[in-house]
Amino acid sequence: MNGVPLAWYLTLSVILFSLGAAGFLIRRSLLTMLMCVELMLNAVNLSFVAFAYRLQQVDGHIFAFFVMVIAAAEAAVGLAIVLALFRYRAAVEADEVGMLRL
Amino acid sequence: MDGLLWLIPAFPLTGFLLNGTLGRRVGKSWVNVIAIGSVALSLLWVLKTLAGLWPLDAAHIERYFVWIESDILTVPVELAVDRLSAVMLLVVTGVGLLIHIYSIGYMAHEGGYYRFFAFLNLFMFFMLLLVLANNFLLMFVGWEGVGLCSYLLIGFYLLRRSATTAGNKAFIVNRIGDFGFSLGMFLMVVQFGSLEFSRVFAAAQAMPIEHEFGILSLIALLLFLGATGKSAQIPLYVWLPDAMEGPTPVSALIHAATMVTAGVYMVARAAPLYLQAPIVLEIVAVVGLATAFLAASIGLAQTDIKKVFAYSTVSQLGYMMLGLGVGAFAAGIFHIVTHAFFKALLFLGAGSVIHALAGEQDLRRMGGLRAHLPLTFATLLCAALAISGIPPFAGFFSKDEILLAAHHHAAWMYWLGVVTAAMTAFYVFRALFLAFFGSYRGDPHVHPHESPPTMAVPLLILAFLSAVGGFLPVPRFLEPVFGPAGGEHASGLVVVSVGAGVAGLLLAYAFYVARPEWRDVVVSRLGALYRLVYNKYYVDELYAALFVRPVVEGSRAVLWRGMDVAVVDGVVNGIGSQARELGSLLRWMQSGNIRSYATWVLVGAVALVVTLGLVGGAP
Repeated sequence: MNGVPLAWYLTLSVILFSLGAAGFLIRRSLLTMLMCVELMLNAVNLSFVAFAYRLQQVDGHIFAFFVMVIAAAEAAVGLAIVLALFRYRAAVEADEVGMLRL
Repeated sequence: MDGLLWLIPAFPLTGFLLNGTLGRRVGKSWVNVIAIGSVALSLLWVLKTLAGLWPLDAAHIERYFVWIESDILTVPVELAVDRLSAVMLLVVTGVGLLIHIYSIGYMAHEGGYYRFFAFLNLFMFFMLLLVLANNFLLMFVGWEGVGLCSYLLIGFYLLRRSATTAGNKAFIVNRIGDFGFSLGMFLMVVQFGSLEFSRVFAAAQAMPIEHEFGILSLIALLLFLGATGKSAQIPLYVWLPDAMEGPTPVSALIHAATMVTAGVYMVARAAPLYLQAPIVLEIVAVVGLATAFLAASIGLAQTDIKKVFAYSTVSQLGYMMLGLGVGAFAAGIFHIVTHAFFKALLFLGAGSVIHALAGEQDLRRMGGLRAHLPLTFATLLCAALAISGIPPFAGFFSKDEILLAAHHHAAWMYWLGVVTAAMTAFYVFRALFLAFFGSYRGDPHVHPHESPPTMAVPLLILAFLSAVGGFLPVPRFLEPVFGPAGGEHASGLVVVSVGAGVAGLLLAYAFYVARPEWRDVVVSRLGALYRLVYNKYYVDELYAALFVRPVVEGSRAVLWRGMDVAVVDGVVNGIGSQARELGSLLRWMQSGNIRSYATWVLVGAVALVVTLGLVGGAP
């Protein structure tokens, strides 16, 4: 295999995933959290594609497409929830929504 | 074998189902049509069946299906008609029909009209089932069913506390008797392996007559315990006087004419068994006589017109038991028939008086009603003469047969029976004189009025039957069942018993019409005895102290506080509170904060990966 070694892709993927996870845990704005989720998904996509290229198998590509589709659906639903929440509560902060808890 | 005997109880059952489900919506006239129509059809079907089976020398049995089948016991559903059940069928449907018709007038202004007739129909169903059953278990179904209907109808005025209490009392006291009946059946299953009349009796007759107390005696005694409950004998008679809380037609139908005679019928039905156990038969006679005597003496001093007649019913049932006990089974059944006529009439007449006085039942607040209620008075007079045993009215014949048989058996029984007959005449004419003679002592705003035709016609028919019912050849008709009635007519004894009735009548006339001042003298002379009788020998108080209070208090202390609260509630509440404790431990994880959940997810995922790595799950 020539060019960029696999480890680099994986390292980048880990960095991106960690950024996403940390952002998801630290940031309060729901919009930012959604973006972080996208970041994590794309980090995973990156490692899928890297492995697919490395192993010369199509499975990883297929997984990547699935993840994209799911990410799109998740974004649509997530944004809709955020929008509804904003209308109802005038807030997009995650800590503001604890209504289901006793 | 199949046939249409089942139609007899099926008609009232249909009436019950129709009235019970639709009665509230269809209005009174339809309720009447359904209720009375079903009983009338039942009566017609009885007549047609009997005409078809005439002369009914042997029992006609119809088997429908096998109800219970096991190694030790097979119980088929069979209905049977023989001459004994034919008599009962005619009494139940005939008197039942008259009382249904009477109820139209009596219940006209009452709430729950459809409910009343539905229950009355249900009662008819169970009573007919009881009479037609060809084995003890099916009979027991009817037996329990009539008890249920009795309970429902005693407590018919369910907003009145005394009525619901009386219903409970009737049900619980009967439970004691039914317990005896069940034990008797268990013993029969163990001993004979069957509950069918013919098999049980054949097996019993194959055994020698028990002059010592044995298994047959035990079975017979347990069955008789059931009969003392249903037929209100000592020691279980206490429910019947309280049962007068129900509407008067119910008192007439269930608590005078039909249901309370079920115990007598059952003993008569089991006559072959009892004849093998002469000791128990003696007990039956003594209990019957004691009941007759005691109840009659209580009846002397009661002031509620229905209570007087209730104790009279207890007393007359005692006579029937006496008849059975001394071996005069046919006479006992004959007395059921005549008693059904005159006692139903007494109650319906009392109902007519109560109706006329807008609910007044106290004899001390009646008086002078002869002018206002001439028809009721005339019919009640027939009933009173009949129950007093004045010839040629109905009661004379049946009571006379019983007393003759008693004399044949033991002279002291006869004399006690004669004294009871005198008391019977006294209390019934006392009630009559208090209500219809003298001057009106009740509420001046109530204007007594004669009853409507629906009430008057049954009164007239029953009066006719009370007058001539004694000429029905019931004992001769029953000879194929019980064997020939052995009893020569001793005219001397007849004169004595009739004389006792007349003496009671005249004494009542003297005390309550001609010489009221004598009454006060007697009451003051017999102060203690009078109070004892007036308070019904304190039997209710005695039972309350001996049985009711210990049971209630014991249940409160042990079963309620000890068992129910401490153990049952304790276990349930303990499980609940333990679950809550556990929940509150896990609760701190559920912060409601999305990011804390996300942290848990991350921690979980990392832990999973690390674990897999350590275990070496990844290749």
